[in-house]
Amino acid sequence: MDMPRPDSIVLSRKAELVSHLLDILPEDAVIHDEVETRAYECDALTAYKCPPLLAVLPRSTAEVSSVLRICHEMNVPVVPRGSGTSLAGGALPTADCVILGVARMNDVLDTDYPNRVIRVQTGRTNLSVSGAVEEEGFFYAPDPSSQLACAIAGNIAMNSGGAHCLKYGVTTNNLLGVTMVMMDGEVVEIGGAHLDSGGLDLLGVICGSEGQLGVVTEATLRILHKPEGARPVLVGFDSNEVAGACVSDIIKAGVLPVAIEFMDRRVIEVVENYAQAGYPLCEAVLIIEVEGSDAEIDAQLSLIRAIAERHNPVEFREAKDADEAARIWLGRKSAFGAMGQINDYMCLDGTIPVSSLPMVLRRIGELSIEFGLDVGNVFHAGDGNMHPLILFDANKEGDLELCEAFGAEILKLCVEAGGCLTGEHGVGIEKRDLMSVQYTPEDLAAQMAVKDVFDSKWLLNPAKVFPLDVSELRRAPMAAE
Amino acid sequence: MRATSEAELAELILGATAPFAIRGGGTRLVGPKAGDVLETDGLSGISLYEPGALTMVAGAGTPISEIEVALSAENQRLAFEPSDLRDVLGTIGESTIGGVAASNASGPRRISAGACRDFMLGVRFVDGAGNVVKNGGRVMKNVTGYDLVKLMSGAHGTLGVLSEISFKVLPDVEMQLCLRLEGLEADMTVAAMSAALGSAFEVSGAVRDVDGAVLLRLEGFEASARYRAEQLRSVLAPFGEITVIDDQVICEDLWRDIRDARAFAGGGDLWRISVKPSDAPAVLEVIQPEKAMLDWGGGLIWAEVASGKNVRAKMGVAGHATLMRASDTSFAKLNRFHPEPAPLAKISAGLRARFDPKSLFNSGLMGDAL
Repeated sequence: MDMPRPDSIVLSRKAELVSHLLDILPEDAVIHDEVETRAYECDALTAYKCPPLLAVLPRSTAEVSSVLRICHEMNVPVVPRGSGTSLAGGALPTADCVILGVARMNDVLDTDYPNRVIRVQTGRTNLSVSGAVEEEGFFYAPDPSSQLACAIAGNIAMNSGGAHCLKYGVTTNNLLGVTMVMMDGEVVEIGGAHLDSGGLDLLGVICGSEGQLGVVTEATLRILHKPEGARPVLVGFDSNEVAGACVSDIIKAGVLPVAIEFMDRRVIEVVENYAQAGYPLCEAVLIIEVEGSDAEIDAQLSLIRAIAERHNPVEFREAKDADEAARIWLGRKSAFGAMGQINDYMCLDGTIPVSSLPMVLRRIGELSIEFGLDVGNVFHAGDGNMHPLILFDANKEGDLELCEAFGAEILKLCVEAGGCLTGEHGVGIEKRDLMSVQYTPEDLAAQMAVKDVFDSKWLLNPAKVFPLDVSELRRAPMAAE
Repeated sequence: MRATSEAELAELILGATAPFAIRGGGTRLVGPKAGDVLETDGLSGISLYEPGALTMVAGAGTPISEIEVALSAENQRLAFEPSDLRDVLGTIGESTIGGVAASNASGPRRISAGACRDFMLGVRFVDGAGNVVKNGGRVMKNVTGYDLVKLMSGAHGTLGVLSEISFKVLPDVEMQLCLRLEGLEADMTVAAMSAALGSAFEVSGAVRDVDGAVLLRLEGFEASARYRAEQLRSVLAPFGEITVIDDQVICEDLWRDIRDARAFAGGGDLWRISVKPSDAPAVLEVIQPEKAMLDWGGGLIWAEVASGKNVRAKMGVAGHATLMRASDTSFAKLNRFHPEPAPLAKISAGLRARFDPKSLFNSGLMGDAL
């Protein structure tokens, strides 16, 4: 993976930078020792590592503003970091950058049940937002699978989704306002507890901008009352095509489950060995979850059963109680861990139109043979967000490169099928060089124009999202200054 | 000016030297009156509709009525309920998907299903330099690059001329029920709506109509809607006794009238104000409207006020107010859109300068600073 050459001027001014930062931050908030900065050398995309020049852990919007002002003044690149759970390398440092971690900013600022919003500092973890309102029966809907650890800051940067977004939407649909610090230190307030924008929808473009437009320090999030109950069913099929057709028929019938998860034979076998969830050994398993009162759930499930039976399932298993519900989810929830037991894996995130599912799965199978690497598929079928897991051996010479080449072919396939490179993980560095597959130079120029306006020096997370050759001229003046 | 293809549109814009107004169906009256008019009705037609994937792609000039006919044949709908403002604005013509997208036109279901911007999956547009740009796509989850789809939604054409929109659709429902609650003071109406919206019972519309009655909408499979109506009866017991209306025609007409703000047809200055729901009663108190309706559980105030009255100056709470209808004198005095705080106005101006370097599009429509 290519990264820009570190700016030698910045490297040479480290002591000066540290001294400026220590003027405005307590000593324990500036991490500049070369051993300690290693803690920030990567995120959850661990194949790539690079310790930053230093890391800062501010406790307030004002401190973030001071840090950015100094970095802006000294032309130091800044890589914002939530909890470091990015699978796309969104928080991967460069040797000349300051990692700005928001982990110490994790307060709940206001809970407002009548208006159904919560205001938090963005270092707070996703799950603890729900935790703060669950006593009143409320929750925060987006539920990325890293929700125990991932921070709202990162959720906003990547516009994170989750298993239940078929019904509740992703981060952008649940984000009402932010306090954001611009690269030059200016603090801006966008949105709030009211809906929509009176001017341009700046909030809409900030969400999902991968920490390239500003550092979001506070957020107003929509909270919802929990449903009365939820229940999953498991449906097994003897072909991927039939499982895909069943998904489509359920959606067409007007039932909107909160989640429709799909696992292929390879994943089913692996999770059975690992977790013994009691899944049928067949070509495809769907886990479909619906919500409501007991009677409402019964009604929806009987409709789903009727539709599924038209497709001759090998099994239709309804959870009778909480224990059985947990067992149905057990396999799905342990899928990534189970695959990780077999070997290293790379998790892709391309999204396709649901109608292309059978074709794309078949082609992935063919590519797996061509590349000689094993692949399992587990994904959010309701919205076509795939998660092919390619197995490889990180200790074997050339295997990572082979895996990346295979992954690139799958993502190109997703784009060809009418889909996109990433549905919920973000571009980061992982998909950066494939952006030109999905977008024309004009498409990319329009996106980069937005960054020009927010961050004219291209100092915020500059080596991400856009292919380096495409962004080179924009990043160059900074190095030259 | 009129384009019948995206390529023609790009050529037109590339050659343009003077500002022009962009017009979809002309039903929303947002474009400036000065300058030439660029008609988008030639960019019309549904190019893709996959009911099983809940997605549709259509040219920006496609009439909403055409889209609704296609959707209804598959028992689906535009869940964000775009309003038809012809009656209230005194316009004629056909609302288009491009106009709806450009104005982020969202109806009563905005509080549960989301806004127009939440349903937009992808756009194609021509920027002010004549470049054809696409963003997003036609899949429901997409975080590939920046979300310019949101930026274009609600930009009222000031960043580019939309040529094509991809959007998410949803299944239509088996039935709807309307719950009615009368005789409450303004602050209690908002409290009642908050109690309903903060329950587990999936209220898809919460309005205080111009006569002061609270109307709540429940939708879904019949058994479910009826069950939830009974549950809400207990939730709302402290506020009074609810009446349930289950006549489908009456319910549909009622919510269509709310969506289209028809109670305000044929009057004076009309404002659409977005605030935190619990702030609504205080705003009503200070702006003293001649007529008002609260939608979105109180979060959206439709208010008819005395001609030329500056509602924004009086609001006193966070939010924004759009002047929807006014005399030329009022429009000259009060901008249509809420001025932005200086730092945001600067960003917005920067974006306009980049996307529309020749200031061609709906010039002067948006972008005032406080």
